[in-house]
Amino acid sequence: MPEPLLEVHALDAGYGDFQALFGVSLTLAAGQVVAVIGANGAGKSTLLKSIAGLMPSRRDAVMFEGAAIGDVPAHRRVARGIALVPEGRRLFPSLTVEENLLIGGQLGRAGPWTLARIHELFPVLSERRAMPATSLSGGQQQMVAIGRALMSNPKLLLCDEISLGLAPIVVREIYARLPAIVGQGLSVVIVEQDIVQALAAAAQVYCLQEGRVALHGAASSLTREAISAAYFGV
Amino acid sequence: MEWLNIILQGILVGGLYAMFAAGLSLIFGVMRLVNIAHGDLIVLAAYVALVVTDTLGLNPLLSLVVVVPVMALIGYALQRLVLNRTLGDDLLPPLLVTFGLSVIIQNGLLELFTADSRKLQAGAIETASIHLGGGLAVGTLPLLQFAVAVAVIGGLQVLFYRTALGRAFRATSDDQPVAQLMGLDNRHVFALAMALSLAVVAIAGVFLAVRANFDPSIGPARLIFGFEAVIMGGLGSLWGTLAGGIILGVAQAIGAQLDPGWQLLAGHIAFLVVLALRPEGLFPKVQG
Repeated sequence: MPEPLLEVHALDAGYGDFQALFGVSLTLAAGQVVAVIGANGAGKSTLLKSIAGLMPSRRDAVMFEGAAIGDVPAHRRVARGIALVPEGRRLFPSLTVEENLLIGGQLGRAGPWTLARIHELFPVLSERRAMPATSLSGGQQQMVAIGRALMSNPKLLLCDEISLGLAPIVVREIYARLPAIVGQGLSVVIVEQDIVQALAAAAQVYCLQEGRVALHGAASSLTREAISAAYFGV
Repeated sequence: MEWLNIILQGILVGGLYAMFAAGLSLIFGVMRLVNIAHGDLIVLAAYVALVVTDTLGLNPLLSLVVVVPVMALIGYALQRLVLNRTLGDDLLPPLLVTFGLSVIIQNGLLELFTADSRKLQAGAIETASIHLGGGLAVGTLPLLQFAVAVAVIGGLQVLFYRTALGRAFRATSDDQPVAQLMGLDNRHVFALAMALSLAVVAIAGVFLAVRANFDPSIGPARLIFGFEAVIMGGLGSLWGTLAGGIILGVAQAIGAQLDPGWQLLAGHIAFLVVLALRPEGLFPKVQG
């Protein structure tokens, strides 16, 4: 196995007195897609926030390309090549569609993703470029959120519940673009409640339950029974 | 014709008030910080200009090439070292800290420069005027002041809506955590916004000091004028601050004409009337 791109090692995280993650470990090789599944409140979003830097953690709890970055603030992690598509999309309402994409690329990291490439991936964003981002449909907003993250030309893309609140047909459409994204050499962590979607997209699966890794393995090797046991804790 | 002249003078003074307001509005818009020391910073800029004109022998209007960068630097440092620490979910800490800053600036200026009234001498331009015919005349300086105000607000508008820096300001104002995910350091973005605000303050301070006497105690009244112009124009609207400033200037000019004692009162009454009829201001920014 090659040198891992991302290593989360015995990560604890929480909000105030509430501890959301207990000793979570996760490894991701370059070019790999990993899915993190689990019920509401299992700690999936907290895990992504800790990797992206929105939640500080122990210095060596998050290793990226061999460097300990657990205490590096979020705006510096983007420069290293970590991008997050946040839960609920969180587009900037005072910016247009195009401005939302441009601000994603404002650090000017070199790489394959440009405004033109994003428009190729999601042609509808080209037509709507001058509209306020929040005037778009939910699916189109999710495309902007993904495009905005790609514009930073990340090595690691973190996707938090991109299917949330979207019609199944739209979800399928968005997931259909995933191979084109991964084909650029990107590694992806997908957080999903939609298990079918997650298993289809990922090679490795981690199942979180109440802040702990309850199950981990290759997506093809895990049985439905094992997953539902880990998911619901029954 | 006399009244037309008075209204015209009021409009031109409104440009100055709009510059007071623009800096205030910008800071509130980007970081929800109400800067109680804004008026005193205007007075501070006037004193910086006084020192620059005295030591370098520059015309006050030329002194702007020094005063603007100096005030912008003060703004950046102030934000990075002090005000960033006060920002959070609670609106009270920045209010208290800038109130304290206001007291410190006033007393510091009093110690350094005494309570004597000062004025910047701009030379012949102060008394020059342009005749518009029909008995109407406008002073060259007020006209220049108004033109600068329009240019400053137009410039801010372009900066906010046409540049990468403006995009960063708007994004950080919208959603701080996600702005950080774009690689924006919000502490730096806020400090740039304060630097920009104090650059505008510097221009306003110099025009204030050329136009009339100033002393260390006049800051809070400028803050009130700025607030009134911002609220009348509508929070978050840059062109609105110009409209608000003009209404305030015209109301004061009319009040002063009726009775010299009514100048300030008329401005406050105009503010209350606008607030009663349109609490959201004349040009409220539509939130998406």
